[in-house]
Amino acid sequence: MTDDQVNAVAKQLNCPVCENIPLDVCDTQACVQWRDLIRQKLAAGETPEQIMVYFHETYGDRVLQEPPRRGLSSVLWVLPLLGVAAAGVILWLALRSMAPVPAVASDPPDQDHRAGEDGAPSGNGVLEDYRRRLERELEEIR
Amino acid sequence: MIPDIGLITLILSGVCALFALAASAGARASRPAERWAQAGRNAVVAVAPLLTLSALALVYANLSGDYSLEYTTQVSSRATPTVLKITALWGGQNGSLLFWVWLMSLFSAGVLLIKWDEDRELRLYVTGILAAVLLFFTGLVLVYANPFARWWQLPDGHISAAVLPPAGSLPFAAADGYGLAALLRHPGMIIHPPFLYLGFVGFVVPFAYAMAALLAGRSGDTWLRATRRWTLAAWLFLSLGLLLGARWAYDVLGWGGYWGWDPVENAALMPWLSATAFVHSAIIQEKRGMLKTWNVFLIILTFCQVILGTFITRTGVIASVHSFARSSIGAPFLAFTAITLLGSISLLLARLEDLRSDNKLDKLLSREAAFLLQNVLFVLLNFVVALGTYFPILSDLVANNKITVGPPYYYQTVGPLLVPLLLLMGIAPLVSWRSASLPALLRLLWPPALAALLLTAGIFVLDGKNGFALLGFGVLAFSGLITLAEYARGARARHTLSAESYPLALWHLLGRNRRRYGAYLVHTAVILMGMGIIGTHFYQVETQRTLAPGQSLVVGGHSLRFERLELLPSAETDKQVLAARLSLTSGGNPRIIRPFQELYDNGERITPPVLVSTLKEDLYVLLIGWESDGSSATLKVFVNPLINWLWIGSLVFVVGTLAAAWPGRGAVKAERRAWRAREAEG
Repeated sequence: MTDDQVNAVAKQLNCPVCENIPLDVCDTQACVQWRDLIRQKLAAGETPEQIMVYFHETYGDRVLQEPPRRGLSSVLWVLPLLGVAAAGVILWLALRSMAPVPAVASDPPDQDHRAGEDGAPSGNGVLEDYRRRLERELEEIR
Repeated sequence: MIPDIGLITLILSGVCALFALAASAGARASRPAERWAQAGRNAVVAVAPLLTLSALALVYANLSGDYSLEYTTQVSSRATPTVLKITALWGGQNGSLLFWVWLMSLFSAGVLLIKWDEDRELRLYVTGILAAVLLFFTGLVLVYANPFARWWQLPDGHISAAVLPPAGSLPFAAADGYGLAALLRHPGMIIHPPFLYLGFVGFVVPFAYAMAALLAGRSGDTWLRATRRWTLAAWLFLSLGLLLGARWAYDVLGWGGYWGWDPVENAALMPWLSATAFVHSAIIQEKRGMLKTWNVFLIILTFCQVILGTFITRTGVIASVHSFARSSIGAPFLAFTAITLLGSISLLLARLEDLRSDNKLDKLLSREAAFLLQNVLFVLLNFVVALGTYFPILSDLVANNKITVGPPYYYQTVGPLLVPLLLLMGIAPLVSWRSASLPALLRLLWPPALAALLLTAGIFVLDGKNGFALLGFGVLAFSGLITLAEYARGARARHTLSAESYPLALWHLLGRNRRRYGAYLVHTAVILMGMGIIGTHFYQVETQRTLAPGQSLVVGGHSLRFERLELLPSAETDKQVLAARLSLTSGGNPRIIRPFQELYDNGERITPPVLVSTLKEDLYVLLIGWESDGSSATLKVFVNPLINWLWIGSLVFVVGTLAAAWPGRGAVKAERRAWRAREAEG
């Protein structure tokens, strides 16, 4: 068994003593023993998956670098998704509340007086749009 | 004697802060309000020199080896080199808290001295808030974490540390101290905490101003304008603190990487995330008078995470809930965080009516909306990192099941959020304020998109193993090209308008609008850093072999032959340095490198890497084991592609932030004009 094969498994596990240190880089006595155990198990023909299962069942969730997706730690995986969904809804509501009351359709000349300076780009070419923007900003800093 | 001066000035600092708080609270009721306000300000300003004396007294104790002090015994020793005796000021918990509050007093005094005549409506409240925060921290250091506590021998012979002598006890002094832990003796560890702390405490300024604006019922943008540079300075220091910490980890910890998603690292990253959101959304309020509530919320979030971050790094609460119970500063910290959070949020809610937007959103496709999306993404990042950091505590407390949240979790949750964020970083600057036209935008976007696709295809042909890496490089190329094109277009406009040469046009462009082009420089830096991060993350190669003399290992085109073990000379008396002499061949002539381990007398071991750095990659070689008869050495070798672009990008990041924030005369004037213009318009 090469060290690289052992490390590939150890990388996915935690040091049993120190907090948050992966097993492959830790040199406490306990870690050395665990890596030897991994080496023996690999030599005995166990697959990396079987070895992971062994450590998880023997020592619990805390030995896994990646929290399992079931049980208590499934919260960790579900909440970010809910967070993204909630953020989407909040963003949508915020944008809606920030939008002006929709103008009556039959009233096109009643542009907001402030929009005059900026004007709605009327699709008159990229450069024209950009030129106006740059000029305005150069004006601002003059 | 000298430590007593430190203790006395520390007490006086607390008294001054208390007086300032009372004076600024009382100034509203009493008649000669101006005089009380002045008195309050002077008291806050006085805290700075007082705490300076206090910190100097502690440095003196560490330098002179006053082992009658508990703190000096912990962090200093006779063998400690002088430089480390000085930096031992922040080497342990109590000293670093004194150092922390000292830096905060400097910021507080600075802002009150510089801004006193400018912001008349807010200054009374700013004084009060600063005084309250200073009062808490000086009180904390004084009562719970006093670095001036002395050793006492109790009547029963036991030795204990206390500020006031226990009844019937005699003074006691240790013969020698323990000195700093070996890991903390590295130069990176000496300069990284001050920057991190400066970043942390700097946010007290925008926080105090935001709270002052709420208390004064001044909904305007005064607080944002007054603190823009202070916020950027704090943000820059925090960024530097994070980057220096990353470099320290890379150079000292010897696991081949620079960021381990450790709770202590995350604690410093979280306020940076919310502060980065704030730095951007402040621009919308400044330009368009929108997102006022949101900005106050972000600065509250940032400040609370700063307090929490200090607390986590100083108490080790995440490592184990039990260390929290043992820590004396845990409860007051948590109480202060809760009071700050609840107080400021309820103040915010009470003033919601004042914080209504001046303007409406004209169109969904606008710079404002892009900024908002960017903010949401940063807050989501913050949320995910917070979840991973705090969940182990919760699971331990609630279910008695300590779950470990390691790097793989963050790769899978943070990674996907970075993709839209980086895209937005490229696209948003092209989107006009108020209302942008989609066809016009698309016409600006397709050339860089096409070029990025071609580049990605090129990388795929060369080495296309990993789809995620390709996605990352593609996004970086896209946003990077757009950012470069912005520079090119601006320079071309100046070139045609004023017939300047292109380099001169570019220079003037930066000079005339430092805020904008400095920010683009920061964006360019993010692209460069992204190259390093993606390169190392997806293409890192590692191998470990035990070699007998004469044997070689080959990794990523490098051949390393082990020759023999050597003892290297050591500057410090309490350590030995054992090295493996290796002959390295990377295509050209062989050269000798000597990866080593430092073995300290107290049993500590440090395994720093030997680096062979090029723009293409780092070869990162560690000596991790050996037979003492020299018959073998165990090497661990990493190849980290593109990593140096992370460090190059860091430098550009600093330059860009300085360009954007540096208060030149022209810059300040131009800003005032722009603000007036917006006020006249709104």
